[in-house]
Amino acid sequence: MPNEWVGPVVALRDLTRAYGNGEAEVRALVGINLEVAAGELVAVMGPSGSGKTTLLSLAGGLDAPTSGNVVVEGVHLSELSRRALARLRRTSIGYVFQDYNLIPALTAGENVALPLELDGMRAARARKLAERALEEVGLGGLGRRFPEEMSGGQRQRTAIARALIGERRLVLADEPTGALDSQTSEAVLQVLRARCDAGAAGILVTHEPRYAAYADRTVYLRDGKVVGEIGGAGEPEPKAAQAPAAAAAAGVAHGEAAGER
Amino acid sequence: MSVKHGILALLRDRPGYGYQLRAEFEESTGSTWPVNIGQVYTTLGRLERDGLVAKTGEDAEGHVIYEITESGARELADWFARPITQAQRPRDELAMKLALAVTVPGVDVAVLVQTQREHAQSTLQELTRLKVRAAAPHLAWSLVLEAQIFQAEAEIRWLDHVEERVCRTNG
Repeated sequence: MPNEWVGPVVALRDLTRAYGNGEAEVRALVGINLEVAAGELVAVMGPSGSGKTTLLSLAGGLDAPTSGNVVVEGVHLSELSRRALARLRRTSIGYVFQDYNLIPALTAGENVALPLELDGMRAARARKLAERALEEVGLGGLGRRFPEEMSGGQRQRTAIARALIGERRLVLADEPTGALDSQTSEAVLQVLRARCDAGAAGILVTHEPRYAAYADRTVYLRDGKVVGEIGGAGEPEPKAAQAPAAAAAAGVAHGEAAGER
Repeated sequence: MSVKHGILALLRDRPGYGYQLRAEFEESTGSTWPVNIGQVYTTLGRLERDGLVAKTGEDAEGHVIYEITESGARELADWFARPITQAQRPRDELAMKLALAVTVPGVDVAVLVQTQREHAQSTLQELTRLKVRAAAPHLAWSLVLEAQIFQAEAEIRWLDHVEERVCRTNG
């Protein structure tokens, strides 16, 4: 993939995913259009069964659409060989799932290094990068622990380190805060946000408004269709939403002054 | 909370004058509650009439300085000790609107809920940005900000609940 790509990192074009045929056909997604640029984090919200996870699987090339296109940095995924698609998934796309998906027989460091090693990197170098990725998520020095020796929050951060290692330009997170406590969840979101601020494109599936609020945009799905969106470019910000924020922003300066009393 | 108790709380800290009290009031509420100076003077007048504050004279610049009285301090302590009751809060306009929407024919409740949800989520997004950007926030300020975050979140959860119930009733 060309590094100088300037278009959206991922573009979903008129995407439909149906299961079954004829009368029994169930359409999980219908006519979805979504673009995510570098530096942007987009939240996808909606009730269970609205198509959130299907959207994420399609965007990451884990599933193929019935019609429409998934374009990652200008490359149509449908035109890639299985091998080329697997390579793209390994090198450019990071996935974070609710249930961590760590390999129990491998240490945290080995789990994180795995995608790089699968891609042919030498083990010593991959481990070194893994150690750095673990540091980035606040787990420096824990690389030798096995998943069962870690807390839920540590496991999830390990999964995030694995998703972010290397030059992942697209990060896909499906309910990454799962059963984590709120403090750990906020930390996980901040890592995701920081990675997007550093230039990755992110899609975050969540049912928590509080975590969706870390995104630049939120897209609402219902019955496989987009029923609403906030934060999109060119859309006027609601006035009432700005008022308390602006006032509270002024409060930052005041707050500091008050703190000196 | 009323401006009355805000002023009593500030004067409990130290004596002060109108403009100063107004600035401090806005600071301590994270600037989420703007008050005008007229309101401050009217309130000071009433507090003085009721014997809760007293004038102590003027400072070098001619500001009239007020201090809290003993009964003022008692009223403030009572206020901190009492819970805020539902009756002291304004009526929930959104709940009333939804109640009317499901009663009056011809209102698309799903659209109403989605519009409100998007608005609340935008607010939540703005508040979250402020929270993330504030490196070393003042405690009072972050508490007020977090209260707004919880309120926006609660509103969205309630809207989800309304949507689910309305869909179930219709389906």
